Amino acid sequence: MLETIQLLAQGFVVVFEPQNLLLIIAGCTLGLFIGAMPGLGSVNGVAILLPLTFLVPPTGAIIFLAAIYYGAMYGGAISSIMLGIPGASTAVATTFDGRPLAKQGMADKALIGAAVASFVGGSISVVLFTFFAPPLAHVALVFGAPEEFALMMLAFATFVGLGGDDIFKTLFSICIGLVLSAVGFDIISGEPRLVLWDITGFLHGINFLVLAIGVYGIGEMLWTVEEHALGGGKSMLSDATVTVKRTIAALRELVKTWKATVMGSFLGYFVGILPAAGATPGSLMAYGIAKQMSSEPDKFGDGAIEGVCAPEAANNAASTGSMLPMLTLGIPGSPTTAILLGGMVIWGLEPGPRLFVDHSEFVWGLIASLYAANLFTLLINIAFIPVFIKVLKTPFTILAPIIFTLCLIGGYAPTQDMHDVWLMIVFGIVGYLMRKLDYPLAPAVLAIVLGPLAEPAMRQSLIISEGSFMIFFNRAYAGPIMVAALLLLFLPLFKMLYDRMRATKPAAE
Amino acid sequence: MYKSKHTLKKMACALGVSTILAAMPIVGHAWEPQKPVEFVVMAGKGGGADKAVRLLQSIIASDNMAPVPFTPVNKPGGSGAEALVHVNGKKGDNHTIMFTLNSFYTTPLRQPGLGIDIATFTPIARMAEDTFLLWVNSDRKDINNVADFVKAAKAKGSGWIMAGTGKNSEDNLLTDFLNTAYDLKMKYVPYKGGGKVAKELAGNNADSTVNNPSEQLGFYEAGTTKALAAFTGQRLPMFPNTPTFKELGSDMVYYMQRTVVGAPGMSKEASAYYQELFTRVYNSPKWQQYISKKSLQGDLLAGDALMAYWMKERDIHEVMLKKMGAIK
Repeated sequence: MLETIQLLAQGFVVVFEPQNLLLIIAGCTLGLFIGAMPGLGSVNGVAILLPLTFLVPPTGAIIFLAAIYYGAMYGGAISSIMLGIPGASTAVATTFDGRPLAKQGMADKALIGAAVASFVGGSISVVLFTFFAPPLAHVALVFGAPEEFALMMLAFATFVGLGGDDIFKTLFSICIGLVLSAVGFDIISGEPRLVLWDITGFLHGINFLVLAIGVYGIGEMLWTVEEHALGGGKSMLSDATVTVKRTIAALRELVKTWKATVMGSFLGYFVGILPAAGATPGSLMAYGIAKQMSSEPDKFGDGAIEGVCAPEAANNAASTGSMLPMLTLGIPGSPTTAILLGGMVIWGLEPGPRLFVDHSEFVWGLIASLYAANLFTLLINIAFIPVFIKVLKTPFTILAPIIFTLCLIGGYAPTQDMHDVWLMIVFGIVGYLMRKLDYPLAPAVLAIVLGPLAEPAMRQSLIISEGSFMIFFNRAYAGPIMVAALLLLFLPLFKMLYDRMRATKPAAE
Repeated sequence: MYKSKHTLKKMACALGVSTILAAMPIVGHAWEPQKPVEFVVMAGKGGGADKAVRLLQSIIASDNMAPVPFTPVNKPGGSGAEALVHVNGKKGDNHTIMFTLNSFYTTPLRQPGLGIDIATFTPIARMAEDTFLLWVNSDRKDINNVADFVKAAKAKGSGWIMAGTGKNSEDNLLTDFLNTAYDLKMKYVPYKGGGKVAKELAGNNADSTVNNPSEQLGFYEAGTTKALAAFTGQRLPMFPNTPTFKELGSDMVYYMQRTVVGAPGMSKEASAYYQELFTRVYNSPKWQQYISKKSLQGDLLAGDALMAYWMKERDIHEVMLKKMGAIK
């Protein structure tokens, strides 16, 4: 304990070197905007800036890239709330309540909530990281395919268990997402599959962003255009203003969200340290559980501030968490940390259990920089909120073409293939029609994110167990997680039966 | 930003050319890329090939070896099929190069429908050959050599789990090798990426792997995993006490190429330029350090020698895939 504090203090000495401090501030600011741009996101941002980092020593380089990663986690919430377009999969859950709040003219409240929750999530996770890294690295190590599948089931269950208005339409939407997620290359059989009409663009599968930007970006725009045509709705905009008084009121209101935020922080951190899971399942689960915990679950989806805080705390906590398997096991916990691992190769560092011993300045400099990055991002973010609100006041006729252009760039950037842009426009139109028919779209987006994580894990487990599903129940970690997932999945059913029994009992008497 | 640099460079070039022309009218102006070079990676972001490409990119940029940036573009789909189709469609393009693995041979063999003939691609430079070793977890105190391994694997039959990267991949070929050579029934479980495979072994979720040294290095150095034998011609300098399968009497020697390939029909001048560039990169201290640190092997091969190597390797892989039953 004392030794840890000593090492951390040494880390802070590294952080407070003027050059490193500057790198943190630059990284946070850059990350904020990278995250706010739909489609750019932390993965691409870090990949693009990686070759620049040979200009500074390795410690400065990782501090800079980690600050970008961190800033982007905050920034992702901005486009989710203001435009309803999640810039990265980690910010999907933030749209559920962030967007309704913005439509009700409370974008400032949502943005402040997201910023403060991110700060709390980041702080809790970095403290956990500082003091409990080695034992948690062990948990990450023994977490195999059956455990991964159980965790994905839990993520699905928290979501389905919430029960949309129409359970069959929700299931239908999930199935569409799962089918789309299966397109491309199957690593288990080694064969391409569902390469529709033999178009080579389908070989790389359907990127989450293509679907998300399609249905949320293009689809939402069509929706708004229609509202405009039918009588001048202003749904794309919001009347939010930002004043000191409103800010203080918003901060005061945040006090009652502490439970959701703290829950999200712990959950996000623990899911984040599991290799390959990353921040997306963590933030979705945090949203689901926050709704279960809430005294007013009906408000979720119509602008509950807890629905913004819980996933935002979780995705920031998870981004810290995913550094753990990266540093100690050399396994990326998220797509962005995979790029950071590439960076470590360039800098000549070998991730793994020896890193903490051989390069303690590097490791502790990074950990200390997370404390600093967390604080700076909060301050920068809050300072920019008035600017973001101003953007929202731009007339729709000017904003719409800009957003449309951003959407196209966002669809093109990850794969640099025009095929994805056309596909995105098709998704936008189909998404708009589905919305007209009252089909929920979020489950499809959720399925395309979790599907590619869940499917190989399930098939690997079943190869190991020679087809027996017991493998998901008779292992120390997988068993309890799986049982929890099933309970959660059937919770609405039990509730329904219970209500019915209570309703019929008096009649029987 | 590079645009203005580029213009400057152009001006400098023009100036240089006129000076050279004036001084030595016999020497012509060598070809140089005119716009950013697309550096296609046959694998996803964060994998072994991707890391190598980003290192190459940073060496070229940091040592100012080229007048334009090299931009990595990941095309991981279909075990390299997506990348191959993409580059194949860029016939005669002087600004597209690709970083390849052994799927360069196997994917066109397995999917003749793609219409890809690797003999038409432009050979640039083989930067290294990656090596393979047989690994088990250090907790297995009962396994200290290949004989122990065979005994333990035989006892467990099809319950013995060998983790690897994808079906019909290099790891799968080697697993089949071992199963045939030692009469084993090990079960092959495909995972996404070598790092994941290494972790499955370290966490005791798999019984053995045939990872590259670079993938197991972290765990090996920490004493979590140990190497039993190498699939190389000679012992690796980093693992002097680990025998080769050749020494042990079986003829299992297998490497994975890490090679830069140009688009089909690239001009002679451009091909010469890239060969010269990557020769310089190969000889740079940073790349040499990477080779020795990651226990890579293989000398530089360029141009016609590289093409001859491809043709030989393609034939070898065709025989292997036929034996596996992956192709007819």
